[in-house]
Amino acid sequence: MNRTDSLFRRSALLLAAATALLAGCAAAPSRDDPFEPWNRAMYEVHQVVDGNVVKPIAEAYVKATPEPIRTGVSNFFGNIDDLFTGINNVLEGRGDQAGDDFGRVLLNSTFGLGGILDLASMMGINKDKKDFGITFGKWGAPQGPYFFVPLFGPTTVRDGTGTVVRFFLSPLGYIPDVAVRNTIYGVGYVDGRAQALSAESVLDTAALDRYRFLRNAYLKNRRYQVYEGKPPPEEDDQEPAPGAVPAAPPQPK
Amino acid sequence: MLRTVAITLLLLPLVLIAAPPVHAQEAPDALVKRIAEETLTTIRSDKDLQAGNPAKVKELIESKLVPNFDTARMTALAMGRNWRGATPEQQKQLTEQFKTLLIRTYSNALTNYRDNTMSYKPLRMNAGDTEVVVRTEVTRPGQAPVPIDYSMEKTPEGWKAYDVVVAGVSLVTNYRDEFSDAVKSSGVDGLIKALADKNKGPAPK
Repeated sequence: MNRTDSLFRRSALLLAAATALLAGCAAAPSRDDPFEPWNRAMYEVHQVVDGNVVKPIAEAYVKATPEPIRTGVSNFFGNIDDLFTGINNVLEGRGDQAGDDFGRVLLNSTFGLGGILDLASMMGINKDKKDFGITFGKWGAPQGPYFFVPLFGPTTVRDGTGTVVRFFLSPLGYIPDVAVRNTIYGVGYVDGRAQALSAESVLDTAALDRYRFLRNAYLKNRRYQVYEGKPPPEEDDQEPAPGAVPAAPPQPK
Repeated sequence: MLRTVAITLLLLPLVLIAAPPVHAQEAPDALVKRIAEETLTTIRSDKDLQAGNPAKVKELIESKLVPNFDTARMTALAMGRNWRGATPEQQKQLTEQFKTLLIRTYSNALTNYRDNTMSYKPLRMNAGDTEVVVRTEVTRPGQAPVPIDYSMEKTPEGWKAYDVVVAGVSLVTNYRDEFSDAVKSSGVDGLIKALADKNKGPAPK
């Protein structure tokens, strides 16, 4: 008990120091990310833990598991996603889409062997993706400050609330055997991480500042989803005044 | 060996005839579709590309994709109001570095596209429009479709893309505050250097 306490205190101190250090050099926080120094420290923590533990596990999983099996695993968890997509489409008043979503769940859960086969997609019932964060946003809830949570990733107060709601409603939570349940949670986590591997390598190539690139992309994407693909223009979406793009821009070579 | 060469030479004029005519009149949506389908076909039929052979991927991107992008305008968009503050020489260097960065990014992503299928939404365009958005959707097995929009402009050499927006995320404007931070702290030359350093780094696998 004592040891954990002191370990906890030490890491808290370390974090505080890192935060102070970052606060000193970071630019003025943006409207969406008022806790940027804290989040950057969390991002660093994530990089260390993820890079040393989670990512290697995900990579080993991809290497050791044949693709059809990985697809089956992804489909199994995707089937649960479909269930929540359906629930959220109902909450958003989109009955037609919800019908498709529940149809998918019904079909895949039965003939698709508990979701392992995505028969519905083969039959042309398209997959959609909705979650509680999007629904709350459509209901008018503000997104709240942005947070980067180690081992979980980018989120906002609104989206994080949605994730917690989903966690408590998830059918996986009703599996009585704790060991089985935790194993499934673990596999689901590794599956999700493995799916992010290729996107991560793109991020590595693309970004000058990975923290910021990821944050901007996350917030823009969520905004896009809340507005169903038609977000109203933001102040910083504007192209620089027409004159700023020279009539004859200097062409390379 | 010699026979292969001979046959290739014989077939060459055929290929040239079969190549679709590229001219200013090709509609923007037709252009996007042609380029996308040709690129996907090339990837699907080439084992080296699927394995991610860096030289071949780069070659494909530079020959197939880059000529259809207005890289100077993309750079101007990513720079925002700082573009005007840059000298023509700096603008040229920025464009060159940003282009390289985007090529590297695409090279990394392209080989993941093998199993994708694309669908194209009907184009909304009035006669005389010089700017349009071509809307497409990419479907991967077991995933919800991802919308990809190409902002296109009419130029004397035909339609060119100046922005690509993936599920609401602009590949160009997503750089804006990274760029403006770099300019604020170390000037336009600092940004050019940061981009050049990034581009010199090892290409992630």
